[in-house]
Amino acid sequence: MKLSGARIFLECLKREGVDVVFGLPGGAVLPVYDALYDFRGLTHILVRQEAGAGHAAEGYARVSGKVGVALVTSGPAATNLVTALQDAYMDSIPIVAFTGQVPTHLIGNDAFQEADNVGITRSCTKHNFLVKDPRDMAETIKEAFYIAGTGRPGPVHVDLPKDVLLKEAEFHYPEKVHLRSYNPTYEGHPGQIKRAAQTIFRAKRPVLYVGGGVISSDAAPELLALADLTQIPVTTTVMALGAFPSDHLLSMGMLGMHGSYWANMAVYNSDCLIAVGARFDDRVTGKIEHFSPNSEIIHIDIDPSSISKNIKVHIPIVGDAKRVLARLVQEMAQEQGGQLPDIQRAIREQWLRQIAEWRQKHPFQYDWDDQVIKPQYVMEEISNLIRGEALVVTGVGQHQMWAAQYVKFKHPRHWCTSGGLGTMGYGLPAALGAQAAFPNKLVVNIDGDGSFVMNSQELATLVEHQLPVKTVIINNGYHGMVRQWQEIIYGGRFCAIDLSASPDFVKLADAYGCVGIRATKPSEVVPALEKAFATPGPVVIDMVVDREECVFPMVPAGGANKDMILTHPNKEQKAKAAKSQTGF
Amino acid sequence: MNQNGSEPRKHTIAVLVENKFGVLSRVAGLFSARGYNIESLSVGETLDPSMSRMTLVVRGDEFVIEQVTKQLHKLIDVIKVSDLTEENHVEREMILVRVNAEPAYRAEILRIADIFRAKVVDVTPLTYTLEATGEESKTVALLDLLRPFGIKELVRTGKIAIARSPKTKVRKVEERVGKAREAIKDPVKEQKITGFVD
Repeated sequence: MKLSGARIFLECLKREGVDVVFGLPGGAVLPVYDALYDFRGLTHILVRQEAGAGHAAEGYARVSGKVGVALVTSGPAATNLVTALQDAYMDSIPIVAFTGQVPTHLIGNDAFQEADNVGITRSCTKHNFLVKDPRDMAETIKEAFYIAGTGRPGPVHVDLPKDVLLKEAEFHYPEKVHLRSYNPTYEGHPGQIKRAAQTIFRAKRPVLYVGGGVISSDAAPELLALADLTQIPVTTTVMALGAFPSDHLLSMGMLGMHGSYWANMAVYNSDCLIAVGARFDDRVTGKIEHFSPNSEIIHIDIDPSSISKNIKVHIPIVGDAKRVLARLVQEMAQEQGGQLPDIQRAIREQWLRQIAEWRQKHPFQYDWDDQVIKPQYVMEEISNLIRGEALVVTGVGQHQMWAAQYVKFKHPRHWCTSGGLGTMGYGLPAALGAQAAFPNKLVVNIDGDGSFVMNSQELATLVEHQLPVKTVIINNGYHGMVRQWQEIIYGGRFCAIDLSASPDFVKLADAYGCVGIRATKPSEVVPALEKAFATPGPVVIDMVVDREECVFPMVPAGGANKDMILTHPNKEQKAKAAKSQTGF
Repeated sequence: MNQNGSEPRKHTIAVLVENKFGVLSRVAGLFSARGYNIESLSVGETLDPSMSRMTLVVRGDEFVIEQVTKQLHKLIDVIKVSDLTEENHVEREMILVRVNAEPAYRAEILRIADIFRAKVVDVTPLTYTLEATGEESKTVALLDLLRPFGIKELVRTGKIAIARSPKTKVRKVEERVGKAREAIKDPVKEQKITGFVD
């Protein structure tokens, strides 16, 4: 049966199990939109700026585990998508982005709305394709979804020239796709797993360091089984929050630059660090020489290039987290002979007691004020209200770190944030995507006043599709994180951080047709949240918070994790932080 | 990240890739994005037209090369990566060099060319253009000898390299030659035969 390239495109999406596409039309993709007019089985969500489509696809993918899809036109639309592609690349989020392109005979001619799409996205995607013939369309799309969703997930970009969309071809959807040059390793090497099990058994102060790979692999149950069996404390990166229940006795919360004191101390003093699906990012390690310096490092990761990239690893295991952890649990059960033997149990309990001591010494804390809302308090109340059941999305900045520190999680895929790239403006569109994946769940977007305005136009999308996202803007009238760095590391030389000239967020919400609520006193926080969560439709809460709060603990860039700044630093600490600043 | 303290060395890496447009750009982009320097690059189709073979020369220590190899493997279009540096391999590059050749020096230059088995491919009253192929050490030596005369222009191809044939064949020849030597009772039989390419 002969179909136009555009029609083949839609048929392929349907066969890949896509139900939602986030997009924005334009000249080069008009054929697709024409075919979409009477196509059953696909929902199209019209965003207001192409970056919104990209981030929405990311949010959708992260909470559902499916591959997110974005569709935009050529030229400026494709370039607007680049940030989202790089974001997905850094955080290993499976999305396929389709961009229009000028007709093949015009490529390279500086045509209207032309850009070298594949050239531009080559370095920010796992792979990209330019479809030159409608007969290649089906195979290319199948390959694109396969590459995006397997191995270490990532963004794939497919460029569709307009004439290819208009030309007709026979439609055959391939049964299988085989790429001779792409064969991810899923099963870990059994010998390595056994070595790891033996090392863990001997360890006196082991720590599980868990990253986003555990979420991508849906390995939370295996992780829980391993931790329970071996009584090893667990710390997660910002990407893996929710992989381990926050209220579990072995949970240490987040580690790294703004991680908890006890998690950082545990890693520093550990003698066996088990890294699962994590990549030893610089925000986690701090000064490399001082990151877990005396431990034997076991690294389980599906991407061989992540292993021994920053830190030499003693027992590398290349494989899928879920499968390797399941195997490891079996091996550990064998080593231990069932439950933990008494000697081991005593050693573990001593280690856990030490961690509990560190936790008591320097818990997360903030000073209460009756008149001014503290952002940390807002996080606590949000956490109390949602009780681990809502989907939490964040922007980037101080509010993101406070959310990571104070919000409690029960399940994986309930937390959606921009970790690797740290894209401000991620919050609202990603929440849009998450809500599209789960229309009946509560989705809370914890945003900052700086981040929110970068993609606030997506409020219109929320209203159009009645996506009832509840946005809480932690409004301190500053680019908070930058202000914190300028205060602590740059001696208070504040420059270009003042956001007093921001819109009235309640009026802005109202202008878009959303409900807007404002809270300016601590006593108003809980009523505002409760009202927002109970109101149908999208809501924006303007939480006017303390302007000068800082996120603690803080490890200044280039500093060692053990030298965390725990409270507002004095002059000497600031001078030391300024010196250790090695550029980033 | 020089944790193992090994010295940076030149590595010759052979990469088998899908013969699709943009692959060269991907590989080059990979290197430039991570700040690794490609000293030379050469690429051509293999016997199978769907595959091309690239030969890259990269400078780095053991750690950098490990990362380079892993990152190359990560590219969807890369089929196989081999670091030929440690193995026995044959490498060649070709140079075309235009050298000042005033009447007084012409004979000397031709003598040097002869020694290096270089060919004269262009002649003018004041210059010679020589073509030479060989290992890097040979071309470097040739250029060092020509430099005093004044090199006007130099063009190099990238290096190409191929692994030497597997050692099992050498052992079998050893056995056969050994047995033959035994038969004729040659005093030379005590000598070890290390290879059949001398």
